[in-house]
Amino acid sequence: MKISMARRYRFAASHRLHNPKWSAEANRQLYGKCNSPHGHGHNYVVEATFTGHVEPGTGMIANLAELDPFVEREVLEAFDHKYLNEEVEEFQNVVPTTENLAREVFRRLATFPGARLERVRIEETSKNSFEYSGKE
Amino acid sequence: MEGQGVSGGKLMIRITRKVEFSAAHFYHNPNLSAEENRRIFGKSNNPRGHGHNYVLEVTVAGEPDPETGMVLDLKELKEILQREVVERMDHKHLNYEVPELAGKIPTCENIAAVIWGLLEPKIKQGKLDRVRLYESADLFADCTADSSDGLGFAGGRA
Repeated sequence: MKISMARRYRFAASHRLHNPKWSAEANRQLYGKCNSPHGHGHNYVVEATFTGHVEPGTGMIANLAELDPFVEREVLEAFDHKYLNEEVEEFQNVVPTTENLAREVFRRLATFPGARLERVRIEETSKNSFEYSGKE
Repeated sequence: MEGQGVSGGKLMIRITRKVEFSAAHFYHNPNLSAEENRRIFGKSNNPRGHGHNYVLEVTVAGEPDPETGMVLDLKELKEILQREVVERMDHKHLNYEVPELAGKIPTCENIAAVIWGLLEPKIKQGKLDRVRLYESADLFADCTADSSDGLGFAGGRA
């Protein structure tokens, strides 16, 4: 039997799907309304799953008293109420699709000490979710 | 669904049943000082306790029986969950009233592991695949069979 622990966090941000290598027309065709020039936004939900052993002294895989401030600092402060395309350095040259966002959130959370990040799942809306587990 | 659903040419199905219970708990490690307990566990260390509405999702994997079309009788699973989990934990204080948790800090991880241990020997048809215990909508623990891909309940995926 394996055991894991998952915690969900929320942030609200805007983005625009646009690849400057292509023409305006090609962008409109590929990204549709997500290419709308001034951006649009979502309430994102980040579900982070950690594995490891359950520390007998705390009964926990990851102590929430440490994990919550870590996620706040590494992810929520950087993304919440921001325009991802312009205010997050990693998306200056990368299209901020939720696939790429999941990869970036994984990269940031993988440095959490004491537990192994197994998976990041991001809900962009209640209908769309994206998962990344660090494997290319 | 690559690699899923078919095992040795046989159809593998997962079924999930959900049940809820409400219980009290608090976190305290008697080997640590009062100050250390407060630092590590924060408000969950309040000795008067606090409570949650726990939501338990239990997933059983197996092949449907050709005669009944069922992996296992859901009514039977419902009775097992009632007997093994709800009667033991519902409206109880997990620190004091559940012998299986004695000596353990009743975190979501530890409660899920105890529930796994209670259920696994009782599932006679199919195989216990996953136990997911939600303490709140934003915190849950999963116990999964070593053979499982851990995906379990499709309804959990938006």
